[in-house]
Amino acid sequence: MALLEVDRLTVEFPTRRGTLRALDGVSFSIGAGEVLGVVGESGAGKSLTGASIIGLLEPPGRIASGEIRLNGERIDTLKPEAMRHIRGKQIGAIFQDPLTTLNPLYSVGRQLVETMQAHLKLSDAEARSRAVGWLREVGIPAPEQRVEAYPHQFSGGMRQRVVIALALCAEPRLVIADEPTTALDVSVQAQIIALLRRLTREHGASVMLVTHDMGVIAETADRVAVMYAGRIAEIGPVASVVKAPAHPYSKGLMGSIPALGHRMARLAQIDGAMPRLNAIPPGCAFNPRCKRVFDRCRVERPDLLPAGDTRAACWLYAEGAADA
Amino acid sequence: MPDRAGTPVPEAPMLEAIGVSRVFDVSRPWLQRTLAGEKRLTLRAVDDVSFAIAPGSTLSLVGESGCGKSTIARLAVGLYAPSAGEIRFEGNSLSVARAQPALRRRMNMIFQDPYASLNPRWRVRDIVAEPIRAFKILDGAKAIADRVGALLAQVGLSPADGERYPHEFSGGQRQRISIARALSSEPDFLVCDEPTSALDVSVQAQILNLMKELQERLGLTYLFISHNLAVVRHMSDRLGVMYLGRIVEMGPGEEVFARPRHPYTRMLLDAIPDLEMVGRARTPVGGEVPSPIDPPPGCAFHPRCPLANARCRTERPEHTRAGPSAAEVLVACHAVAEGRA
Ligand SMILES: Nc1ncnc2c1ncn2[C@@H]1O[C@H](COP(=O)(O)OP(=O)(O)OP(=O)(O)O)[C@@H](O)[C@H]1O
Ligand SMILES: Nc1ncnc2c1ncn2[C@@H]1O[C@H](COP(=O)(O)OP(=O)(O)OP(=O)(O)O)[C@@H](O)[C@H]1O
Ligand code: SF4
Ligand code: SF4
Ligand SMILES: [Mg+2]
Ligand SMILES: [Mg+2]
Repeated sequence: MALLEVDRLTVEFPTRRGTLRALDGVSFSIGAGEVLGVVGESGAGKSLTGASIIGLLEPPGRIASGEIRLNGERIDTLKPEAMRHIRGKQIGAIFQDPLTTLNPLYSVGRQLVETMQAHLKLSDAEARSRAVGWLREVGIPAPEQRVEAYPHQFSGGMRQRVVIALALCAEPRLVIADEPTTALDVSVQAQIIALLRRLTREHGASVMLVTHDMGVIAETADRVAVMYAGRIAEIGPVASVVKAPAHPYSKGLMGSIPALGHRMARLAQIDGAMPRLNAIPPGCAFNPRCKRVFDRCRVERPDLLPAGDTRAACWLYAEGAADA
Repeated sequence: MPDRAGTPVPEAPMLEAIGVSRVFDVSRPWLQRTLAGEKRLTLRAVDDVSFAIAPGSTLSLVGESGCGKSTIARLAVGLYAPSAGEIRFEGNSLSVARAQPALRRRMNMIFQDPYASLNPRWRVRDIVAEPIRAFKILDGAKAIADRVGALLAQVGLSPADGERYPHEFSGGQRQRISIARALSSEPDFLVCDEPTSALDVSVQAQILNLMKELQERLGLTYLFISHNLAVVRHMSDRLGVMYLGRIVEMGPGEEVFARPRHPYTRMLLDAIPDLEMVGRARTPVGGEVPSPIDPPPGCAFHPRCPLANARCRTERPEHTRAGPSAAEVLVACHAVAEGRA
């Protein structure tokens, strides 16, 4: 049994002009010690998936159907109080926005101490020394001197690292990391990734890693899910999804990565924009932008189908379709 | 007079920094400090930095987190005043230029943190229209609404999104809102602090292509900050590499990428992850990042530098010129100056 199972998760936002379906039947699992990378178009629903798992979906957003299980137990139906217990202790979250996690009125040291003491039995002195240790672990220089500092006295990347320390300090089994390294330069990034990998290897922790950085994905993830317009477009082992993607959207995404080797006049891009939630076309949501679109794509919605080493939600991989 | 990092540019620069420093007081509150018998603590976030950006060109800054890039960004648009040195906008001191709305309109900034910089109580259309109204760029509700719609479409959102509030958008969508707002005042000089960090690579490509198009069409000047070195390489004409508040190497982007000279630049380029790395760990930049409160003496990079010697530990390296004259590079390193790098 996987540590985390997400089963046909659907999230909706009721609005005056009708209900918006932001996640539509998302299913995946993460095993113990496994890192699942999640990539995809901005606005595809990556953060909402993470927020649903940790029970922090902002109203009016709500889980309309589906199940989320941790260790086989449903957690999507838990009361807020019970969920608060699971957060921090069982599931650590690194949010995309460091400022929402950090309290501007408390020093970073105090925030770490309080988080650890809420979940672990630690004396004040022990918690404080661990707080300094965590700051060092995430690469804050001279942590003894800066443990008293307030969030606004840190640079963007330093704040981000405090958020990472806060998510990890209670030693959770599952870490939801939403863009944990975007504010970080490559060397600190390498340090954080090494830290995440050590946690998975030594403590068997599992990680859901949302990032736009394909280099980070390639280095850290075991499997990758590609999201588009509230659904999983493709999921499979990292090497296949990154180097030989099957879904036309994944192919376009990998093709847009700026190469360091040579400078181009213009970067490759996927023309057009992802559909708005209130105007998702019938059939395959990618069809207005897809170069391989055919009749069936405009009427029938594809589910994940076996496509070589991965599974892709694309009719090109249906039984009998011309070879992709 | 120390050697200045700013290479002379043939054209009069749009923005020029001359020996700029910025110091922050990071002491604990007075009472605690006095009880503990501590001295005042200051942090030199930017230390004697000089550069010039020619009109219509892009200068990029790269360097480790906390090295002072955002502080320079804020200095460049006048949100912070320099503790020492001067910033000039088209030859005028920035403090003078900022006092004139006509000049203030011509500079704008995309902030590193798209959440903090969007007013949560305003509708997106009002956020984007704010500079248009403040600087009276357009008149009439219809004209403004059309312009806002066009700006939103340019960054891959839809005009209808103007009705919604910032919290209803994903991270990357909010970043695009702040880009649309920055473009709405039709600036000539734009400071972009990690403008695409929250965007997936395909939207990022759209935004970067848009920024380059605007530069070609309207001659925009950019100060561009990004951790993503592939993005930096794509965007920059000139590149400055920062370490602990100083620019340690600066030159044409192509030259610095092709022939990095400063030992820190070399380490930085070696630490780039790439897609060939599936399942492999890369060599991180070795050694601990020093504290800007208490920087190492001499060359601040010496505790991590494989080429450090006794001189590096005591004497601070000034900028020396290196490289073929057409592609002039400034490097602050004893080993490079001594020819042993
Ligand atoms: N409160 C809300 N009301 C209406 N729509 C919302 C709300 N919050 C999020 N959405 C929509 O849900 C969709 C998914 O958002 P989500 O934040 O999960 O995207 P994401 O994949 O994390 O994108 P990014 O990479 O840009 O962070 C977006 O289209 C967004 O506009
Ligand atoms: N208002 C402030 N008060 C005190 N210290 C500050 C303040 N702003 C920045 N600093 C410090 O100045 C240094 C440089 O910060 P800055 O934000 O310029 O870094 P950066 O290069 O933009 O980093 P990042 O890549 O993480 O965004 C950091 O050590 C930071 O802690
Ligand atoms: S189902 Fe059709 S439109 Fe959708 S990605 Fe596949 S080929 Fe393209
Ligand atoms: S001055 Fe010395 S320590 Fe500094 S980068 Fe050059 S060789 Fe290394
Ligand atoms: Mg997100
Ligand atoms: Mg910054």
